[in-house]
Amino acid sequence: MNWTRRHVLDTDDWSRDEIEAVLDQTRAMVEILARPIRRAPPLRGRTVILFFAEASTRTRVSFELAAKALSADVTNITASGSSVEKGESLYDTVRTLQALGGDVVVMRHASSGAPYFVAERTDAAVINAGDGWHAHPTQGLLDAYTLRDALGDLDGKRIVVVGDVLHSRVARSDINTLMPLGARVTLSGPPTLIPMAWRCGTEGLPPGVTYESDLDKALDGADAVIALRLQRERQASGLLPSLREYSRVWGLSADRVARMRSGAPVLHPGPMNEGVEIDAAVAHGSRSLIEKQVTNGVAVRMALLYLLAATAPLEERA
Amino acid sequence: MRSHRIYTSKSATTFNDRSCEAGKERHTTTLLAADEIRRAITRIAHEIVERDRDLSVLAIVGIRARGDALAARLHTAIRANEGVDVPLGAIDITLYRDDLTRIGYAPVVRESAIPFSVDGRVVVLVDDVLFTGRTIRAAMDALVDYGRPRAIRLAVLVDRGHRELPIRADFVGKNVPTAAGDDVRVHLAEVDGRDEVEVVTRVPA
Repeated sequence: MNWTRRHVLDTDDWSRDEIEAVLDQTRAMVEILARPIRRAPPLRGRTVILFFAEASTRTRVSFELAAKALSADVTNITASGSSVEKGESLYDTVRTLQALGGDVVVMRHASSGAPYFVAERTDAAVINAGDGWHAHPTQGLLDAYTLRDALGDLDGKRIVVVGDVLHSRVARSDINTLMPLGARVTLSGPPTLIPMAWRCGTEGLPPGVTYESDLDKALDGADAVIALRLQRERQASGLLPSLREYSRVWGLSADRVARMRSGAPVLHPGPMNEGVEIDAAVAHGSRSLIEKQVTNGVAVRMALLYLLAATAPLEERA
Repeated sequence: MRSHRIYTSKSATTFNDRSCEAGKERHTTTLLAADEIRRAITRIAHEIVERDRDLSVLAIVGIRARGDALAARLHTAIRANEGVDVPLGAIDITLYRDDLTRIGYAPVVRESAIPFSVDGRVVVLVDDVLFTGRTIRAAMDALVDYGRPRAIRLAVLVDRGHRELPIRADFVGKNVPTAAGDDVRVHLAEVDGRDEVEVVTRVPA
């Protein structure tokens, strides 16, 4: 298929063909990362600006490794220690990014929709690396790739997503990416951490998505489970009685995981709170694909950087 | 499209017909028939073995999308002749192309598969058509990212001339003088369902 997108802001309007095109390119990138020299030249002379206005280690490092593996130059702008901390508006930061002449801006921001604001005001290709509660498209794509790699065709497969769905951009992007591939998604988690419209009957849910308040039932016969990170500050806000109770009712233990189809894999976007949403034995057990997700994350980001930036004409800069 | 013997302005407007200009009649002739392709591969297989007697360091790497099929055939022929399984690989050169910014779309990157160390080996690169030499330059750059071969050699089914880089083939199925605007099309059973090499030329006015 012919790639036509200029930005990657959300996968909610992507076709199955587009998602599969990225996943197929990812396979070739995984092979590059296994070579003795993990570097190919298609982004020579391009600059990728990593603009992270919210804390992140693995996503930023993953993008940085991806850009470097394709021979791009990489520049970091983080919120702390930059002019953002001095009160610069997002608009002024965008003007600066534009003046710096980046070909791709990878951005993370606490405000949902911020990457759309930037995309409209810059010539660079914009990749959303997580915006507020809204979307984290590269995480959705890497989870889809990891699941497809482990399970084969995802048509009809049932994936459980458990935890704090309400505040999770990962959950939303997982749903948006897995649904077009034919997977069914069962959400589970405390009702206080599920969007209101999704926990009251099936009407508000996207097609193919269900909510099951009993995690054991949700896991029965499932093909895979994705555990979401519990943001500890949620307890302070009164949405959870205690972390210990959360762990007992919603934590992935070895017994719970055994309810799934034999060998069904366990995913987690990281960083993990071991002993809260996932037991250490499960996180490091034979079903865990958590380390694979990290490697695949670099490859997915390489595929997107290639599709967005490798073929644009190299312009002369003033 | 490929069943057309004569290309007219109407039939020859697809993107892949890069040499076709609207309104010019095109003529297709067969360069190599199926049995000629088979004989060429058998001969090249013998030549490869004669050139580098030490089969223990030999490896064959085909360039996608048709060189890999030819490489597999050479591998089979060497096994039949010598009883030796030389390591076989396939390489995709898309990320190493020098024209990515000129072609206006992102070509599909396919997976390379080199399941052996190239260090110290004599690697025979295999491609279907040798033309400008730019594909081979890209393939050599890609190959050295896997290690340091003792030597890289080149085997092609058709050498059609018009080199733009100082590259030549060590093993050639057939040398064919062509015009720069001609189109040499290799069809292989593994990819296209049949074995044939055609050249599409402009009918002289």
